[in-house]
Amino acid sequence: MEDVKLRNFHQAHWNEPIIFELSVPGRRGLIPPAPDEEIKKEAGDAKNLVPKGMFREQLPALPELDQKRVLAHYIHLAQETLGANLCNDISQGTCTMKYNPRINEELAAHPGIASLHPWQDVDTVQGILQMYYEFEEILKEISGMDKFSLHPQGGAHAVYTAASIMRAYHRDRGELDKRREIISAAFTHPCDHAAPATAGFRLIILPPSENGYPSIEAVKAAVSERTAGMFITNPEDTGIYNTEIDQFVKIVHDAGGLCFYDQANANVLLGIARAREAGFDMCHFNIHKTFGTPHGCSGPGLGALGVRDYLAKYLPFPTVEYDGEKYYLDFDRPESVGKIRQFQGPAGVLVRAYAWIRAVGQEYLKEVSEISTINHNYLQKKLQELIPEMDVPYAPGRRRLEEARYCWQKLFEATGISTTDIMRRVGDFGLQHYWTSHHPWVVPEPMTLEPCESYGKEDLDEYAAVLKHIRDEAYSDPEVVKNAPHKCASHKLADESALDDPKRWATTWRAYIKKKGRT
Amino acid sequence: MEEKEKRRAHPYIPNSVPEIKEELLKEIGIESAEDIFGQIPEHLRLKRPLNIPKAITSEYELKKHVTNLLSKNKNCEEYLNFLGGGCWQHYVPAVCKTIMERDEFLSAYVGEAFADHGKFQAQFEYASCIGELVDMDMVNTPTYDWAMACATTVRMASRMTGRGKALIAASISPERLSCIENYAWSSTSDIETVKYDPKTGLLDVDDLKSKLSDDVCVLYMENPNFFGVIENQGQEIADLLHSKGALLSVGVDPISLGVLEPPAHYGADFACGDVQPMGIPMSYGGGLGGFIATHDEPKFVAEYPSLLFGIAETVEEGEYGFGEVLYERTSYASRDKAKDFLGTMAQLHGIVAGVYMALMGPQGMKELGEGLLQRASYAAKKLSSVKGVKAPLFDSYHFKEFTVNFDGTKKTVAEINKALLDHKIFGGKDLSKDFPEMGQSALFCVTELHSKEDIDMLADALASVVGM
Repeated sequence: MEDVKLRNFHQAHWNEPIIFELSVPGRRGLIPPAPDEEIKKEAGDAKNLVPKGMFREQLPALPELDQKRVLAHYIHLAQETLGANLCNDISQGTCTMKYNPRINEELAAHPGIASLHPWQDVDTVQGILQMYYEFEEILKEISGMDKFSLHPQGGAHAVYTAASIMRAYHRDRGELDKRREIISAAFTHPCDHAAPATAGFRLIILPPSENGYPSIEAVKAAVSERTAGMFITNPEDTGIYNTEIDQFVKIVHDAGGLCFYDQANANVLLGIARAREAGFDMCHFNIHKTFGTPHGCSGPGLGALGVRDYLAKYLPFPTVEYDGEKYYLDFDRPESVGKIRQFQGPAGVLVRAYAWIRAVGQEYLKEVSEISTINHNYLQKKLQELIPEMDVPYAPGRRRLEEARYCWQKLFEATGISTTDIMRRVGDFGLQHYWTSHHPWVVPEPMTLEPCESYGKEDLDEYAAVLKHIRDEAYSDPEVVKNAPHKCASHKLADESALDDPKRWATTWRAYIKKKGRT
Repeated sequence: MEEKEKRRAHPYIPNSVPEIKEELLKEIGIESAEDIFGQIPEHLRLKRPLNIPKAITSEYELKKHVTNLLSKNKNCEEYLNFLGGGCWQHYVPAVCKTIMERDEFLSAYVGEAFADHGKFQAQFEYASCIGELVDMDMVNTPTYDWAMACATTVRMASRMTGRGKALIAASISPERLSCIENYAWSSTSDIETVKYDPKTGLLDVDDLKSKLSDDVCVLYMENPNFFGVIENQGQEIADLLHSKGALLSVGVDPISLGVLEPPAHYGADFACGDVQPMGIPMSYGGGLGGFIATHDEPKFVAEYPSLLFGIAETVEEGEYGFGEVLYERTSYASRDKAKDFLGTMAQLHGIVAGVYMALMGPQGMKELGEGLLQRASYAAKKLSSVKGVKAPLFDSYHFKEFTVNFDGTKKTVAEINKALLDHKIFGGKDLSKDFPEMGQSALFCVTELHSKEDIDMLADALASVVGM
C-alpha cells in the first residue's frame, strides 16, 4: 500500500471543434447505394413520388465531411471519455462498473444476432429464443422468481413495468381507485419513486433510522387500506443490508399491497440471498450492472423483471415459451400490461449477458459476490485508516456489503474542500470521477464507491492512495483541489447557471449559434 | 478435479487468486466472506449452491458455444428480408461499427463532462444533427425507443395543456399504440383513435374533427405512417388542433427527412422517432433508441423527462464544456416530483446515429431517400404484376414501405410467408390480426440493400407461391 505511486496522468485533450465547424461544402463521408438504372427508369423522378408540398427542397443542414475526418473526430471524442474498460472505475458506486468482456462484443456482432429482424418467423430464430429461455431460467434460479421479462431496456424501465403490473393487479381486484400509495425508503434509487409516480401512484418515502433503513414502526405507520405496495432496495445505496426486510414485506402484504425488490445492488447477493425467501412478489436485475454488459454511456441496458407465478399473466407480451420441442413467442396474453417497448427487448444485451453468465457459471458466480464484499470491506478499511476525517454514517460497527456511502463532512468543515471538489480532482489521476449520491443528500458531503469483482488489490490501493493524496492537498494546497480538474479532457464550467437560463441554454448547435449570435 | 478448477483464478475476477483473497481477508481481519454475510438472517439465506450451468472458462469454448446457438438462427444476410415496421435493415457503415465498439463509449456511464467530455460532445452533436433533420432546436438524449418517445410526447402535451384526452391516429404501429396506452395512462386515460381513410390510408380529417374537443391535449400521428403512406394533410391537421388549443406530435422515420418535409414545416409541435435506421444493427429489435424534438421554448423544455445535454463555456478560454440543462426537472434530482422517470436508456445508439448523420451529410440523406422512394415504387408495381396480388393496397404515395393485399390469391399471409421461407425470403409483416379490415395484407419494406434482382426474385417467388 505504501508503495503506491500516483500516476502522472493526462487525459487526451483535443480541444475538438463541434462537428459542424469542420464542415466543408461538397465533402462526402458516405455514398449510399443507388437503385439500379431500371428501377430509376421505371419509378421516375423521386420528386414525383411524393405528394405535393411534401418534397423537402431545403436540405437538412447536416455537416459535410470526408470519411477520415468523421472517423478521426469521433476517435478523438472517444479518447476524451473514460470508459470502465480502460480506467479504475471503482468510482461509480451503485453502478457496478464491471469489465465488459471483449468476446461478448464479438458475439453481439455475429450476424446471427446483429442481422435478425424481430418479426422473423419463430422457426428462424430458435437460437436466440433458446438463449432468452435459458437466461430466464438462470435468473429464476438466482432470484427465486417464477417468470421473467427481458423487455425493459434499463433498470428504471423495469421498475416502471413493475409499477404497471401493480396497477393492473389492483385494478383486477377492483381496488385501484383506493390503493394509490407506494411506500419506499430515502436511500432507495430515485427511479423507485419516479417510476411508480409516473404510473399514477403517490409516494410515501420513509427516512432512515439509525440503521440506515426505515424502522419497522415507520413501515407499520405508513401502511393502510390505501397501500398499493412497496418499492425498495436491499442493500440500499449505503451498502447496509436490511435484516428486517422480510418483516417489511409481511407488513405490506398484510395491508393488501405488493412488494417490488429493486435489485440494482444484487452483485453481492448472487447465490447468497434471494428475493423469494424475503417474500417479494417482483424483483429486477440491472443486467448492465450485475451481468457484465456494457453501460454504453447510459444504455442500452437491460432491466430483467422477475415476478411470482400469480403476476406472470401481467408481463409485457410476447413472452418466450418452450413446448418441449420448439421455442415460441406467446402474444396471446389478454391480461398483459401491454407493451413497454417495441419488439422483444434489447436482445443484443441479452446475448452479452448470456455469454457472461456462461463464462462465470455456477463455480464463480458466488465468488463474484464474495470478492465484491471482500473488495469493499478492504477498501473501506484502507480509507478509514488513511483518512481520519472519513466517516461512514449509520449502523455503526456493521459491515457494508458491496459499497458504502462515505461522508467528507469533517474534511469540509476543516478545509472548505467539498466532496464535489474532490470528485473533480480524482479525474486528474486517471480515475473516473466518483459518484456522490442521489438527491437529496441525506448524508452530507457524500461519496459512494463500489469496488466490484472486476478490480484487483492494486486498483483498490491506488484508489485509496489518490483519495489520501487529495485529502492532504485539502490542507496543503486547497486551491489545486477547488479548481480541479487540471488534467482532464476539459475543465470546470465557467458559469453553470447558463444551463438553466433559456436565453443561454442550447442542446443543439443551431440553438447555440442563434443564442451566441454567431454565424 | 472440480476442486482444482475452483481454485483457478477467473479471468474476469483479479482477486480470485486464492492467495490474494486470503491476503485481503487477513487485512480486513476476518476469516471468510461468511463473516460479512453472516449478518443476513439465516432464513433469508440460500442454503444450497445455485443450480445453474457450469462455467465455460475457456474463451474459445465459450465462443464456440454461443456461436453455435446464434448459428441456429437464419439471419437477414442469408435470407432476403422484406420486414420493417420500426426496425429496418439499412446499411451499417464501417465507421459506425468502429465507433460503436470503442471501449471508451461502450463502457462509460454517467461520468461528468470533464472526464467524459467526448461522450457529452458526441451526444450534443447527435442532438444537433437530429435538430437539423427535423428543423427544431431542442432535442433530448435518446429514450428507449420510438414507442416510448411518442408516449412521452403525449404525457408532455398533457402536462402542457392540463388536458386528459389524447387522440392517436389508427395508422400508427400497434406496438407503439400499446405503449402509449400503458405509459400515458395516468396522464391521459382517455385515448381515442382517429380513423384512416380506407382508400388512401391517410388520416380521416372528418373523423378527427368529430373527435376534437376542448379536452384534447394532443394528436399523435406518423408520417410516413405505419403503412408507409406519406401524409400530405399535415398543415390542415395542425391548424385544426391549434384552433382547439391542442398540440400535434408527429412520429417520423428519420431516414425519410432528406426527401420529406419535416413535421415542423407543417406545424407540428413535437417530432419523434427511432434512431435505429441510422447506423445501428437490427439485433432482433435491440438496436432501438427514441428521439424527441421540439421548439426551444421553456414551456416545452420544462416538460422533458430526459437528460438534455447543453453546451457551455469552461474556465479555459475557447474551450467547449457540457452540462445538464434544467437538471431539476429530472427524476435524478426530484424523484417522485419529477417529470416522469429517467434511467439507463439508449445513449450509445444516439452517439452512433450522430456518426451516421455526419457521414451521410445532406446529400447522402437526399440520395438515400430518393433511392428508397424509387425502390418502393418499383417494388409495389412489380408485386402487383403477380396475379391476385394488389400492391400497394392504398392509393397513395409511399416511402420505403407499402402494404400488399393477397385476398385475390385465396391464401393467407401466414401461408404465403411460410412458403416464402423455402425461397429464403422473409415476407412482409402480417397485418391481418392487427388490421382485420385490410383482409390478408402484409407490410413490405425495401431499403437501399435491395437490388432490382432482389425485388424481382421476391415477385417470382410470390408468383410461384400463390400458384396462379
